[in-house]
Amino acid sequence: MLKRVLSSRLAVLVLLAAIIAVVPVLAPSSFYLRVAALVWIFALAALGLTILTGYAGQVSLGHAGFLGIGAYAVAVGPAKLGLDPLLSLLLGAVLCGLVAYAVGRPILRLKGYYLAIATLGFGLIVALVLTSESAVTGGPDGMQVPRMVLFGWRVSGVSTWYWITGGALLVGALLALNIQASPSGRALRALHDSEVAAAGVGVDVAKKKLAAFVLSAVFAGVAGSLLALMNGFITPDAAGFMHSIELVAMVIIGGLGSVVGAVVGAAFLVVLPQALTVLQEYEQAVLGLLIMVFMILLPAGIVPSLRRLLLERAA
Amino acid sequence: MSIVDARHKAGHDEAEGAAPGKVMAEFLQLVFSGLTVGAVYALVALGFTLVYNASDVINFAQGDFVMIGGMGTVFLMAAGLALPVAAFIAILAAVLVGLLLHRLAIEPARGASPVSLIMITIGASIFIKGVAQLVFDKQFHSLPAFSGTTPIAIGGATLLPQSFWVIGGMLVLVLGLWVFLERTLIGKAVLATAANRLAAKLVGINVTVVLALAFGLSAAIGAVGGILVTPITLTRYDVGTLFALKGFAAAMVGGMGNPIGAVVGGLLIGLLEAFGAGYLSSTYKDAVAFVAILVVLLLMPQGLFGRRAVERV
Repeated sequence: MLKRVLSSRLAVLVLLAAIIAVVPVLAPSSFYLRVAALVWIFALAALGLTILTGYAGQVSLGHAGFLGIGAYAVAVGPAKLGLDPLLSLLLGAVLCGLVAYAVGRPILRLKGYYLAIATLGFGLIVALVLTSESAVTGGPDGMQVPRMVLFGWRVSGVSTWYWITGGALLVGALLALNIQASPSGRALRALHDSEVAAAGVGVDVAKKKLAAFVLSAVFAGVAGSLLALMNGFITPDAAGFMHSIELVAMVIIGGLGSVVGAVVGAAFLVVLPQALTVLQEYEQAVLGLLIMVFMILLPAGIVPSLRRLLLERAA
Repeated sequence: MSIVDARHKAGHDEAEGAAPGKVMAEFLQLVFSGLTVGAVYALVALGFTLVYNASDVINFAQGDFVMIGGMGTVFLMAAGLALPVAAFIAILAAVLVGLLLHRLAIEPARGASPVSLIMITIGASIFIKGVAQLVFDKQFHSLPAFSGTTPIAIGGATLLPQSFWVIGGMLVLVLGLWVFLERTLIGKAVLATAANRLAAKLVGINVTVVLALAFGLSAAIGAVGGILVTPITLTRYDVGTLFALKGFAAAMVGGMGNPIGAVVGGLLIGLLEAFGAGYLSSTYKDAVAFVAILVVLLLMPQGLFGRRAVERV
């Protein structure tokens, strides 16, 4: 019974929706609401990596590059090209998908460390372009993001963005859960375990890997757009190496391949620096230490470990 | 690397539409600066290779040993110590960090997946940087050049005396490492462990000690590189990331696990970067190295000197 509830897709969605609905009631001030909205945004990006790393077993140390592309799409589109912000967001997502397709086709042939370093290089190049092309991107100082206007309604305010990001996360979670249960999801998990065996039973390994990479890039791109629109300001730091590492850390700390895990991991890594602002100079040391401790002591991640504990208790 | 860049730019502007002699001089200038920086990449790559061979781990904190060497020497000298003493203590500190990394982070996670090991060493790298911010500071620092700053003119180009220290130091370390691995008993134990860990264990080699040795040695090599190059390129708590990336690129271009490949790869990445900065765009200098890796990876995934990997199923 417990096992069925824990592994049901509907239960996961209901749980997430309940959390998203309850947080505003409990939040003592709009600051907490803002932090929660940031959690939903990064959880959305982390869900992309859940598909890529959790399901398909491919590493990306450059996913903040896609976050940056999505973020700058909603900044550059309206400000320099006069495009509608919502259209810019969609175009940004499409651009992320296209870039991921073009980059992924050659580099997804690589494995393990080689793929890690190739994606890392990709992220670095995106950050470099965003920093250097200051005529378009405003350079290292970043640029303002025009407010989004939907049908004459100016989208602003913390609580508005809270519900938008929460809704986006639910849609993302629904997608990720459905993919997990679909034949494509099974194919991805099969090639995760053994590419040779998966190819042997007829999985088009290269195609499935590429699809997972493109999809994860679109997740990160949309998350980046939401981040830029909510903050109203963006710097190339969004595409930086540290953000790429944080995204991977979210997925791993929360629990590889678990949708709830991605949200828990994102909450952990977004809330932690806020709680540490008093000890700001220790932030980097603490983050590094946490990544190491989790990887060594709890390699399965928080959510799968908790689930196992619950099931063992029930049994 | 700002000073090297400035020299590139100056040389570049002068050479615009200039006589063939000047073109040659500019080319030589780029070769010199490429080899100097490349020598440090080679040392980082050598450290990667040593650890990778002994343990199959890619240590992303490798670049931070370069930082510990440079920053440690800067601050010990500021405390009043002479350069050789400060350098020696800084190298010891790096070795200690390397040994602790192995004992506290790599050993307990033995048998973890490559993704986990990547994240552990990246976590270690972030941790080292975080602590370095606290112990040192967030400023750029330099060291005095070891034997003056009077440039030496060669073929119309100039070479800083410190460049000889960097390139010479790299060659001495490579030679020393070769002698150690090929001519001493414990060095041979390292090679045996790299070849086959189980077999090494069976003939009575203490594999744990060998792995610790590999981490300590690679830390020392990185720290020496950091001390030698700091008078030219400056150092800061976070310079390790780029050194690690370039060093890893060098190790991969040369063929993962091959020491000669690591050295050639390092020099090659250094040269490509210098040419990229000099002839194309100094802004995208860091991208040049990565495009090079991608090309090498896609055209010959085993690297220039690597053996073709046979995948076991």
